[in-house]
Amino acid sequence: MAFLELTGIQKRFGDVAAVHDFNLAAERGEFISFLGPSGCGKTTTLRMIAGFEQPTAGTITVDGADMTHRPANRRNVGMVFQSYALFPNMSVADNIGFGLKVRKRPKDQIRKRVGELLELINLPDKGNRYPYQLSGGQQQRVALARALAIEPQVLLLDEPLSALDAKIRVALRHEIRSIQRQLGITTVYVTHDQEEALSLSDRVVVMSEGRVEQIGPPSEIYNFPATSFVASFVGTLNLLSAKVVDAPTGRLDLAGQEIRASAGIAGASAGTIVSVALRPESISLGEGAPGDNRLRGPLQDVSFLGSIVRMRLSLGDAAVSFDTFNDPNLELPSVGSVVTVSFPHEASLVLDHAPAPRSAEVAALAEA
Amino acid sequence: MTAGPNPAFAGRGVVDNVLRDAGLTPSRRARGLSKILWWGVFVVAVLYFFVPLYATFLFSLKARPNLAAYTNTLDDPQFIGSLLYSFVVGLITVVISMALLVPTAFWVRLRLPRLRRFIEFITLLPFVIPPVILVFGLLRTYSRAPIALTNSNLGSDALLVAAYVVLSFPYMYRAVDTGLRSIDVQSLAEASQSLGAGWLRTMWQVIFPNLRVSLLSGAFLTLAIVIGEFTVATFLARPAFGPYLSLIGGNKAYEPAAVALISFGLTWIAMGFLAVIGRGSRTRVQVTGAR
Amino acid sequence: MTETALPLSTGGALSARPLRRGRGLLNWLGVAPFLLFAVAFLIIPTVYLVVGSFQDAAGALTIKNYGDLLTPTNLRTYGNSIEISAVTAIAGAILGFLLAYAVIAGGLPRFLRSALMTFSGVASNFAGVPLALAFTFTLGRVGLLTLFVRNVVGVDLYNDHGFSLFSKLGLEIVYLYFQFPLMVLIIAPAIDGLKRDWREASENMGASTFQYWRYVALPILMPSLLGSTILLFANAFGAQATAYQLTGGSIDIATIAISRQIRGDVLFNEGLGYALAMGMVVIMAVSIGLYSILQRRSERWLK
Repeated sequence: MAFLELTGIQKRFGDVAAVHDFNLAAERGEFISFLGPSGCGKTTTLRMIAGFEQPTAGTITVDGADMTHRPANRRNVGMVFQSYALFPNMSVADNIGFGLKVRKRPKDQIRKRVGELLELINLPDKGNRYPYQLSGGQQQRVALARALAIEPQVLLLDEPLSALDAKIRVALRHEIRSIQRQLGITTVYVTHDQEEALSLSDRVVVMSEGRVEQIGPPSEIYNFPATSFVASFVGTLNLLSAKVVDAPTGRLDLAGQEIRASAGIAGASAGTIVSVALRPESISLGEGAPGDNRLRGPLQDVSFLGSIVRMRLSLGDAAVSFDTFNDPNLELPSVGSVVTVSFPHEASLVLDHAPAPRSAEVAALAEA
Repeated sequence: MTAGPNPAFAGRGVVDNVLRDAGLTPSRRARGLSKILWWGVFVVAVLYFFVPLYATFLFSLKARPNLAAYTNTLDDPQFIGSLLYSFVVGLITVVISMALLVPTAFWVRLRLPRLRRFIEFITLLPFVIPPVILVFGLLRTYSRAPIALTNSNLGSDALLVAAYVVLSFPYMYRAVDTGLRSIDVQSLAEASQSLGAGWLRTMWQVIFPNLRVSLLSGAFLTLAIVIGEFTVATFLARPAFGPYLSLIGGNKAYEPAAVALISFGLTWIAMGFLAVIGRGSRTRVQVTGAR
Repeated sequence: MTETALPLSTGGALSARPLRRGRGLLNWLGVAPFLLFAVAFLIIPTVYLVVGSFQDAAGALTIKNYGDLLTPTNLRTYGNSIEISAVTAIAGAILGFLLAYAVIAGGLPRFLRSALMTFSGVASNFAGVPLALAFTFTLGRVGLLTLFVRNVVGVDLYNDHGFSLFSKLGLEIVYLYFQFPLMVLIIAPAIDGLKRDWREASENMGASTFQYWRYVALPILMPSLLGSTILLFANAFGAQATAYQLTGGSIDIATIAISRQIRGDVLFNEGLGYALAMGMVVIMAVSIGLYSILQRRSERWLK
């Protein structure tokens, strides 16, 4: 039996279903992210694990014990809030020691534990400060220490970094991961930032409109998205509609040019419209290796993104974005010139048979 | 640290199960109980609010013939006269108070931020010096030579308005200041100037329209205070609404009930306007200002 | 950048500059009318009282007036004022806090909240003569409630229990009518400032509801609660019209004593009158000062 199990979890608010049939089995020490746009049910699910919401159906167990209806203050689950939620009337040390104080631990034991945690979060001399005297990043580290002080069985983090500056966000992200590894604590991390989810997690749960779209390790989520939602939400993606020419061999017609999909297309016949997902980084300028897919068309625009250069190839109504690494010696074709790009056929994933939402590049929604 | 359930709670499992079957978790049941308590508090407060009003209303109906308390009041020239007097005094107070405080608040925000604490302190002084003491000081200062304002009616009226303007300082300043804070005057003024507008046009066409809600709030609050004011008007012997109320309260039977209710209604109208004006705007003007 | 954009943007920078330039005497012009007015009608009259309180009838310097404040009569007057103000402040604060909490966080329907706020705005301003009249009709000798309690409940408040609306207790009941709505208005932002996250964080760490209130909510609210109570105290302490109308000026409280001095009726002693006023100002100043200190602390926490 897995350490943290959510089985058939549902949550309705009146007539609105916030979470449908959520199933997850997390091993001890695993770092799981819930990733999705706001309103997808990820925070509601987290709050059900914490005990702030009661599931309408389903069970939650931690280490074999049924938690489903246990009040929040009798679960041993630590939570870090987006707003930090530090108590403004208490010093940093009192905040961290609060959970132990309400458990009526001896004073010297509390003091010792608080000292250890202050070391752990790298703020050893800030114990007597008050929250308003700390920066946002420091406050969130204190909130983490406070959640860890009660030695929780599960650590929950609800978009803990979204109120912070970009640079601090990255630094603190690594710090959270290293503390989590050090303590081996089972962790659930809610975020709408795909980069955060991919870089931190052992496994990512991608959610949309209350449903789980895909559960898997970051590389699997990125490289083999199960649905067009996952494909478009995680990373930048070209999502194009194509007409099936020959289903068993996976031959497709993309704006009048023929390409081969990664595999045969089950359940489709010639003439079916499918969506094809193409990552910009898997497409390169030039003819490529023999047998690669090729597309030809006028170059629509070129934009520098720092370490990479992103270009767009026009295909009539649609356009395909592709990347190349920036290099001072790079000779870029001029806008309007006709170029050829190529990509291995494994890179062209056929997602679903319904028509694609729009046959254009779908930018990553993650930062929206 | 123990990870399992606290043994102290072990015995409550059965109870929890029963409650859960009934759709009630312990916290939800407690919430139901406390909700009843909160309703209780609310009902007590509502009774406190309404019983005196209801009693006054019933009393006003006792006059014969029916509604005589109201018709007599409305027929009383002194009633209309004093109400009108107080209303006009209130309007003049509002105009002067705005003329003094809008530029001041504006200036302090844009040019003299270091005066902020000082100006705030002055505007809060009327909280420290209650009306009875203010009028005491005003009388002693301005009823003797060299400046004997109280010798003429006009002088006394002016002194009354002056006192009311002082009493309006805290409300008006806070209203204007909150309004200014919410619109970022600095950028607005700079934007207007960069587009070629002069100071006057900036004030009149950019700042004022954006302050409308705050100014109206301050105005209604000041009016509400002035119209019922008793202490200052009495000691300055002005024919205002407050002293009139007090006078008939002492020598008539049912009319005072009618007048008290009418006065309550006037306050209600002013506050109703405040609530309507303030709706949908981020500017929240506190009704009793004192911070 | 196109060429036409250039002159526009420099033009903007030029004409915006006078905003920050010229910090001379001219700057004071904007605040001068206000300051002059305040000096004429607020500062000078107050200073007049201050100076007068240190002068005897002949105009010589003395502190005798302050010595006169310490006579039993005057001490009783202040004592009454302080007692009435403190009782109504504390009772008003408790009732007002509970009421505000009930509509904001007690799970009562949302529309009650705006209704209560508007009503509190009215009630907190419904002081003075009309309020005194309304209570006379309610709890006076022949008031509706007095008669109701006598005829229906069978308790004669006036004859059997020595109650009188025109006593200290009566005045306190009347003052409470504007005190607790005022509390509702000033404590509401503080209750709004209590974040749901704090409650959840404390629950999450194992705290009971009682522990949450004991260690988190009450300490966070404490500066606001104390500050508001002090403000209510000052509010009652400075009130004159209600007491004057209700008791016809017979009750012994500070504002009424000063009224008598203004009229110059009883035991007229100009210097003592000023000293009485100064005593009030000092008490008010201390109260308002404490209030603003506490308010600042509370704002820092509840931001």
